[in-house]
Amino acid sequence: MQTAPPGPTGPLLEVDGLTLSFGGVRALGGVGFAVQPGSITAVIGPNGAGKTSLFNTISGFYKPSAGRIRFQGQDITALPAPQRARLGLGRSFQNIALFRGMTVLDNIKLGRHAHLKTNVLDALFYLGRARREEAALRAEIEERIIDFLEIDHIRHASVAALPYGLQKRVEMARALAMQPQILMLDEPVAGMNREETEDMARFILDVRAEWGVTVLMVEHDMSMVMDLSDHVVVLNFGEVIAQGAPAEVQRNPEVVRAYLGSGDVHDLRRRFHAGRAAQPSEAA
Amino acid sequence: MDWLTLFEIGLTGLASGGLYALAALAFVMVYKATRVVNLAIGEMLMAGAYLFFTFAAMFALPLWLAIPAAVLAAGVLGGVIERTMIRPLLGEPPISVFMVTIGLGSVLVGLVEVIWSADQRRLPDFLPSDPIMVGEAFLAPKVFWGAVIAAVFIAAVLLVFRFWRGGVALRATAGDQAAAYSVGINVPRVFSLSWVVAAMIAAVSGIVVGSIGGISSAMGVFGLSVLVVVIVGGLDSVLGALVAGLLVGVIEALAGFYLGGEYKLLATFIVLVAVLMLRPYGLFGTHEIERL
Repeated sequence: MQTAPPGPTGPLLEVDGLTLSFGGVRALGGVGFAVQPGSITAVIGPNGAGKTSLFNTISGFYKPSAGRIRFQGQDITALPAPQRARLGLGRSFQNIALFRGMTVLDNIKLGRHAHLKTNVLDALFYLGRARREEAALRAEIEERIIDFLEIDHIRHASVAALPYGLQKRVEMARALAMQPQILMLDEPVAGMNREETEDMARFILDVRAEWGVTVLMVEHDMSMVMDLSDHVVVLNFGEVIAQGAPAEVQRNPEVVRAYLGSGDVHDLRRRFHAGRAAQPSEAA
Repeated sequence: MDWLTLFEIGLTGLASGGLYALAALAFVMVYKATRVVNLAIGEMLMAGAYLFFTFAAMFALPLWLAIPAAVLAAGVLGGVIERTMIRPLLGEPPISVFMVTIGLGSVLVGLVEVIWSADQRRLPDFLPSDPIMVGEAFLAPKVFWGAVIAAVFIAAVLLVFRFWRGGVALRATAGDQAAAYSVGINVPRVFSLSWVVAAMIAAVSGIVVGSIGGISSAMGVFGLSVLVVVIVGGLDSVLGALVAGLLVGVIEALAGFYLGGEYKLLATFIVLVAVLMLRPYGLFGTHEIERL
């Protein structure tokens, strides 16, 4: 497994003492971890551990009652969600959030929305050389993404009609079109078959290699997490119970206990072994 | 059956249908972006017409100034309504917001009666009054020019929303709010924008409707027909609003001529019931609309 290239500064994303409550239910209780630039960081944990709440708090959908979120050294805890997106936090959703009724290409183009600055007249008449150059640049990025994610054949298809696996890919394409600093993937392979999962794992590795994008993901597929990640954060009941390199985390007794509590330790153990067996060939 | 008469009535129906389509567009814009069923659409039309009356008749501004001023003032009104009455209800059940728009209608009627009294008034004449002949058929000039204005505005709104970023943002927000946030679209601002634009479109239709039939605090009943139009067309469909607008216009004209004016609304509501029985989500609406 390749290690993350050393960043010139500190962590890209830093979460510190993040606390979030819904009424009396505490979803997050003082969560803290850091995402190093160029790394693939995974957040795992049993159902209801607070993984998606954590994601939604980082992207600005929920306001934490305590704690800080720092992105590229800047405190973004108080920024609204669209502004965080503009700063370079791209994300996908657990229950796919696409612009239904639009085509794949339109969805991807909308990823560029945050970077565009046009007014009505410009848009109507497409004035100016600079504007044309910008349009050319944009088209180039779109083409690269479409090629990269192998969705050329469906570019004019309506997203609503696509199978689940492809919808997930379009969502990722839209997030990439934002040219994010960090790509946050909420269960990128949930509900996928083995082949689709392997495709997605390859895309995630390639995203980092080709685009230099840091990846933060929530995932249930243990073998994938162990194969891909440089750093694993384990959540349980809204608290970080372990974090570190995949191998360390797997051996952590607290982690095993957390999964024992959720009743699927045998499955987990089996997947750990499967993951280790697959590791050398996958990393090649 | 006299074919020329039928043709004339059909034309008149299409022309008044154009105004329904324009007003329905205002409704659809708000529904698409915010999922708010705005029952005060007729009263917003009325507010626009009274604003025009104020600028043109009371301040005696020239028309080219009075119309934009009224439309802008209506836009401000729309923004204020969104900010003070709709925004605080974000996340509340749709039925609460629905009730608030009913209240908004009453408030607007009350304001009009307090400020301008409940008397019927005439707007200054600005539409040409030469008779319009389409082949052999005669068309009332005000109705004809009203339809022309409606068509021009519908085209302008569609073009702007096809190509302008704000329009793209609005369609994206209508598609999926979480996704819109995640690509950097300021969703609350889109909500405001939709109300401002809707109020401005409503004002234009109010001005035209008012100069055809005069204005009064009861002209909000025009909104009843607009509601039929949007429900028949499908609440979130722009195309539906346009097609159903023309359809309802023609049906009202035919019913008004052959059965008498009091049967106009009856006929349109029968159409409404028939359409809802066959297509519960309207002619062009999306299936997942929740029922109210």
